[in-house]
Amino acid sequence: MAVAFDEMNGPAGDVRPAYQELSRWLKETPAEALEYRRQEAELLFRRIGITFAVYGESEAQERLIPFDVIPRIMSAKEWTILEKGLKQRVRALNMFLRDIYHGREVLRANVVPEDLIFQNPVFRPEMNGQAVPHDVYVHIAGIDIVRVDAENFIVLEDNARTPSGVSYMLENREIMMRLFPDLFARHRIAPVERYPDELLSCLRSVAPNSASSEPTVALLTPGVYNSAYYEHSFLADKLGIELVEGRDLIVKNDEVFMRTTEGLKRVDVIYRRLDDDFLDPLTFRPDSVLGVPGLMSAYAAGNITLANAVGTGIADDKAIYSYMPEIVKFYLGEEPILKNVQTWRCREPKELSYVLDNLGDLVVKEVHGSGGYGMLIGPASTKATIEAFRDKLKREPEGFIAQPTLALSTCPTCTAAGLAPRHVDLRPFVLTGKDRTTIVPGGLTRVALKEGSLVVNSSQGGGTKDTWILDE
Amino acid sequence: MLSRTAENLYWLARYVERAEYIARTIDATLRVTALPAAYIGKTNEWESALLTAGVSASFHETYEEANEANVVEYLSFSPANPSSIKNCIENARLNSRSVRTALTSEMWDTINGSWIELQELWSKGTASREELAKFLRFVQETSLRFDGSAYRTMLRNDAFWFSRLGLHLERADNTARILDVKYHVLLPEEEHVGGPLDYYQWTSILRSVSALTAYHWVYRETLKPWLIADLLILNDTLPRSLASCYGNLVRNLDQIGVAYGRQGAAQRHARGIRNRLEHSNMDDIFQHGVHEFIQEFISDNSRLGEIITKQYLI
Repeated sequence: MAVAFDEMNGPAGDVRPAYQELSRWLKETPAEALEYRRQEAELLFRRIGITFAVYGESEAQERLIPFDVIPRIMSAKEWTILEKGLKQRVRALNMFLRDIYHGREVLRANVVPEDLIFQNPVFRPEMNGQAVPHDVYVHIAGIDIVRVDAENFIVLEDNARTPSGVSYMLENREIMMRLFPDLFARHRIAPVERYPDELLSCLRSVAPNSASSEPTVALLTPGVYNSAYYEHSFLADKLGIELVEGRDLIVKNDEVFMRTTEGLKRVDVIYRRLDDDFLDPLTFRPDSVLGVPGLMSAYAAGNITLANAVGTGIADDKAIYSYMPEIVKFYLGEEPILKNVQTWRCREPKELSYVLDNLGDLVVKEVHGSGGYGMLIGPASTKATIEAFRDKLKREPEGFIAQPTLALSTCPTCTAAGLAPRHVDLRPFVLTGKDRTTIVPGGLTRVALKEGSLVVNSSQGGGTKDTWILDE
Repeated sequence: MLSRTAENLYWLARYVERAEYIARTIDATLRVTALPAAYIGKTNEWESALLTAGVSASFHETYEEANEANVVEYLSFSPANPSSIKNCIENARLNSRSVRTALTSEMWDTINGSWIELQELWSKGTASREELAKFLRFVQETSLRFDGSAYRTMLRNDAFWFSRLGLHLERADNTARILDVKYHVLLPEEEHVGGPLDYYQWTSILRSVSALTAYHWVYRETLKPWLIADLLILNDTLPRSLASCYGNLVRNLDQIGVAYGRQGAAQRHARGIRNRLEHSNMDDIFQHGVHEFIQEFISDNSRLGEIITKQYLI
């Protein structure tokens, strides 16, 4: 594994331009003061109730995601490149989805193999030929980005279903502004607070034709026991829209209504934070009590917009991911600005045999997995684990992809032994509405708090940082 | 607003109010049982505490004896008692979490903060009287802070009114329950006025609705049982009186009716109860039987709860 790129310190001990001021400030600030602020931040988070649930942990039902008070900083120049790359990528994702559920030119041109689509459980035949307003499928995308050197941003994963984490982007900033006003005064940082407004206008812009001129938007949550419930309530509040559960909605004559104290009220756009499988027990899982019976038929009738659309999973699938550079070129005729991680598709015999020979050096991921579960990190695993995984891989190679172990960039982070570099990634949020794509400058920086660890997922000991894009 | 949101707000307020009432009941009972036996007679005050909390039957499924330790435990912390203070606060928080969007941050802060504090107090236990007193004070303060933050920070719209409906309905129920259990010491015909026995019962009643000082301000008299009944039932200057609760219920329901442009069974039913309270005087009530009057009130009041639920909350 290569040496990780340190975002603050250059190889000769020089501080990179974006971090100059922070570095000076850190030298002036005693360690105790930082520790005191850290505790204060934790208290604020708990008080506000920014918690998440970890599935399978009954005792610690509500936990805090550790927050690191040292910000992660990017220059305006870096952000400009990233922003351009993200817009390009999301445009391609939307065109790909439109194509998959309509003409399927991408398959006919042999850019993506057919069976990868049609045998994929996240492909939704219900969406074949179904029109969605303005051809937008992925209204909210969370693209996971890592850096390995000064020049390149690499996409680790596209999240095109129900990406979460944006509440941390907003709350981390609020808390940092409260705790470190002086540090803010010494920087010019692009604000993130307009995200809720952007999201609301994005959602309103894709209302169905049958909606009134003031479309009603609601956020559909699986409920208080969902791990991201805090975020759902937070966003509904910031957007000023109703936070509904499946039982609050009812479908009549292919229109969707919510039950209110004044009777039924029509809903036009649903920002749903519920997976496809649970949306409508009449179409998908019949045992789902979280969904709304008849929702898909209202959707087919064009009376409701779902954001994101149904069936977007086919675009962020890890097996499809490996084709993204070709997909970008196919639809846009442009070179992809953001690179992909080199990916071996275990479904292809030649690549599988390479993966099996090099398991100890690779990261192997389940094609349909998320949250960092069910993956093998070769260099960090024991022989026994690797061998057990080898059997799993041989039994079902099409369920996996493999990637080299990336040296994710590092950022200074508070640890028990003082400031130390820790690996980070970044999830910016890309909004696509009727006629424009917007990205609030920033995103969610996740940090692997354990020394040497590359797993940034909050369910596995990751923390978060405020992300500053300098305004120059 | 969403029916479920209204329902959560309504129950949130009820749970907080109930927690405070249970805390006051324990507090008042502790004071009266601390007196020498000669002052309080042979009645088991802990049994009355269970009755006023409406949980006597379920208590005796688990416990043999209604003594201080058992009753305090059951009323404060027992997971088996749906109205225990702990359950009330936990339910209040659960309801708050479901309707965070309808709460102001101050209200959420109060409920969430209390819940966090409750976890700490709970893990420490309330072995000593001093700790118990601290716990009871904490519960009462929670309710005051919740009420205050709702009053000071909420928009005056249906969210506020549904929350107030829950509060006043629960409060009316609580006051009526005390009267239901203690009505016999308020009957005028027993005429042993001023006997030490009843005197302490009376102060205990007033204390459990935080009206001891208020009594003296209103009547400028020594404690008289029919005046206590008058204060708790008919005097609409006392916030916990039945009359005051119904003044508020009618007002809140009217505000909802105006905002929605529609009146319904809830408005009519509440107005009916309020009118009866307005046109009653203590002489009539005593003549027709205090107990009957109170029991009828309790059932009318819970009927209003059902009507509100049907009209708005489902």
